[in-house]
Amino acid sequence: MSATMPEPAQPFDDLAQQHEAAQLGMWAFLATEILFFGVLFTGYTVMRVLWPDAFVAGSRHTDLPLGAIETGVLLTSSFTAAWALQAVKRSRPREAGWLLLFTATMGVAFLGIHGAEYRHDDLAGVIPGIRYDEVGDDAPHEALFFVLYYVTTGFHALHVLIGVGLLCVLARLAFRGDFLPGNHAPLEVGTLYWHLVDIVWIFVFPLYYQVGRA
Amino acid sequence: MHRAEPSYLTEGSTLASWLTTHDHKRIAILYAVAITFFFFLGGIAAALIRLELATPHGDLMSADTYNKTFTFHGVVMVWFFLIPSIPNTLGNFLLPLMIGARDVAFPRLNLFSWYLYLLGGLFTVTCLLLGGVDTGWTFYTPFSTLFSNTHVVLAVVGVFIVGFSSILTGLNFIVTIHTLRTKGMTWFRLPLFVWSMYGVSLVMMLATPVLAMTLSLLAIERLTGVGIFDPSLGGDPLLFQHFFWFYSHPAVYIMVLPSMGVVSELITASVRRKIFGYRFMVYSIIGIAVVGFLVWGHHMFVAGQSMYASIVFSILSFIIAVPSAIKVFNWTATLYKGDITFGAPMIYALGFVGLFMLGGLTGLFLAATALDVNLTDTYFVVAHFHYIMVGGAVMAYLGGIHFWWPKITGRLYSEGWARFAAILMFLGFNLTFFPQFLAGAEGMPRRYYRYPDEYALLNVLSSAGAVLLAASYLLPVGYLLWSLRFGERAGPDPWGAKGLEWETASPPPPHNFERPPVVTDGPYAYVHP
Ligand code: HEM
Ligand SMILES: [Cu+2]
Repeated sequence: MSATMPEPAQPFDDLAQQHEAAQLGMWAFLATEILFFGVLFTGYTVMRVLWPDAFVAGSRHTDLPLGAIETGVLLTSSFTAAWALQAVKRSRPREAGWLLLFTATMGVAFLGIHGAEYRHDDLAGVIPGIRYDEVGDDAPHEALFFVLYYVTTGFHALHVLIGVGLLCVLARLAFRGDFLPGNHAPLEVGTLYWHLVDIVWIFVFPLYYQVGRA
Repeated sequence: MHRAEPSYLTEGSTLASWLTTHDHKRIAILYAVAITFFFFLGGIAAALIRLELATPHGDLMSADTYNKTFTFHGVVMVWFFLIPSIPNTLGNFLLPLMIGARDVAFPRLNLFSWYLYLLGGLFTVTCLLLGGVDTGWTFYTPFSTLFSNTHVVLAVVGVFIVGFSSILTGLNFIVTIHTLRTKGMTWFRLPLFVWSMYGVSLVMMLATPVLAMTLSLLAIERLTGVGIFDPSLGGDPLLFQHFFWFYSHPAVYIMVLPSMGVVSELITASVRRKIFGYRFMVYSIIGIAVVGFLVWGHHMFVAGQSMYASIVFSILSFIIAVPSAIKVFNWTATLYKGDITFGAPMIYALGFVGLFMLGGLTGLFLAATALDVNLTDTYFVVAHFHYIMVGGAVMAYLGGIHFWWPKITGRLYSEGWARFAAILMFLGFNLTFFPQFLAGAEGMPRRYYRYPDEYALLNVLSSAGAVLLAASYLLPVGYLLWSLRFGERAGPDPWGAKGLEWETASPPPPHNFERPPVVTDGPYAYVHP
């Protein structure tokens, strides 16, 4: 056992302590992320109260079916990420590797679909600052909706992109056999991050795609 | 010649060995060097401001240059000096030592934070070289987005980056305190300095992301011409102020909580008694950290928020004075009947208590809505925040540097010079900023580069005080550097103080302790009760 167990990093006495630190660090990081996105969601709330009609008009432009597919893709990926962790805990590292690669692929798929959506928006002329063809009384306030939409989904996409890189690294480690049932802190931390990406989207989807469409 | 013990300082002497180090003690020194540089950069701007205001006419610089000067001064002092000073230097050095750990939890991340700090600084200095910013350190919209034609985006990017440096430091400290306490170091045996680092880390972690996103929105708005703060599109500039102060009021506690931690250590050690009311000191740190998030609206009494909001914020602002007052009472009680040694650290600590009290009490004037409407945007406010930030935070920082200097460097400095500098700082400080209370109360507005003749006397006094103050900042640089070469060797515990950091060699060995210490008693186990 001890021959295959890696040494803990320098500040730690043992792996359990290192594990605890890694997890706490990730939870703390996720707390900062929630506040980071919290600004956007607060901004959304305030603007929506100020200009309800414009926000309803804006949300008509987002692509509900595509948004639903994206939601499905992310939820699936979150599921397979969790499954990968279980696989490692049951000493099946190769299975975990494949699951992580699949998760990363879903991430890429998400980015692809989102890219298509952006392309669509560009053609429709609803990107304030680049091409904005909306007219009418609500048009300027509708622009506020779009600004928030692009900033939120943009930052979210950035997180997905980082997550995809992270998942690929984790997959490589899994195939190399670095993760053992009792020693998989990086994997745990990585999947935790991926779940956050998913959770943020769970807020984005209803706010920007579903509101006012019933 | 006495041969030095192997220590973290002798572990490698090349520049590369410093720039790639993962040792929290060396990273603390890297921060100290960088932060000192920025302090003097901000100080030069302060000197220029005071020089301009030495006469009532605008004879040194134009209104435009003046705006850029006080903005640069504010940005540098807040983000590159006040916020990182104590946590990143003393905190980095002492935190692991005080809890008996070998290092912080994530040493690489720690070094990475330092590079982020430098990168942020690079942006800010570049911005200055290209012509500067004129928005004030608060970057209020819509001026910053629609009207200012200076390098707002560059400045904002610098602040954004340095913000991430402080988020990561806070995260690192929190995890370190949770997971790396040595055997027997329970939560209620932590020194108060460690508690203050815990409180400040929470605030840094939870407030800074809000600033980061707010500044991103500002930059996006400025670059694309559309955004949620732009009133001509139906956006809300007040929203910017809410977000900004949601960060920046807690940021005031980022500046003062660490100072309180330092001062608690200095006072017990100089009186050689247990700190009075240890648990209340801990609760008040947590109280300040939490309530600090609820009072931001007192910066916006005149900005157009609803009267009810103002009343609530006013009351909450009064409440936050309670934990601060508890701390002052407990420091005083610790001194009572104590056998006080007036070394330089103690003089700085007492200076802190006095100035912080005056700054805090005048804060209550400003938290009262009716008074604030009169005093806001006058020199009264300038004096108030300098009492807290310069009188409070800088005094405590220097007191801490003096107290732990022998631990950090292994050398003793000249006591006489140090006491002289500390007293000079107290006098110079009061001469600089007390007249500003009077000028403000008489109605002199802030952020103007010239003023009616009747304020001349007060401003001349203030500028003269600034000269003394500047001297008192330069003096320590002299005698402390001198001590590095010629100072007496300190030994592990030159002050006879308690705490794990005094149990290891000065300067400490690379891994802090020969073997992990075991704690069997609460902090401050001095013989006197
Ligand atoms: C050497 C003594 C100092 C002098 C004479 C000085 C003077 C001034 C003056 C005259 C202003 C402009 C006030 C206005 O017109 O609104 C100012 C602003 C400010 N100072 Fe200082 N200062 C000094 C040191 C410091 C230090 C050490 C710090 C922080 C550690 C600091 C932080 C600030 C901040 C945050 C502002 C606000 C800038 C703004 O309004 O955008 N000052 N200072
Ligand atoms: Cu405040």
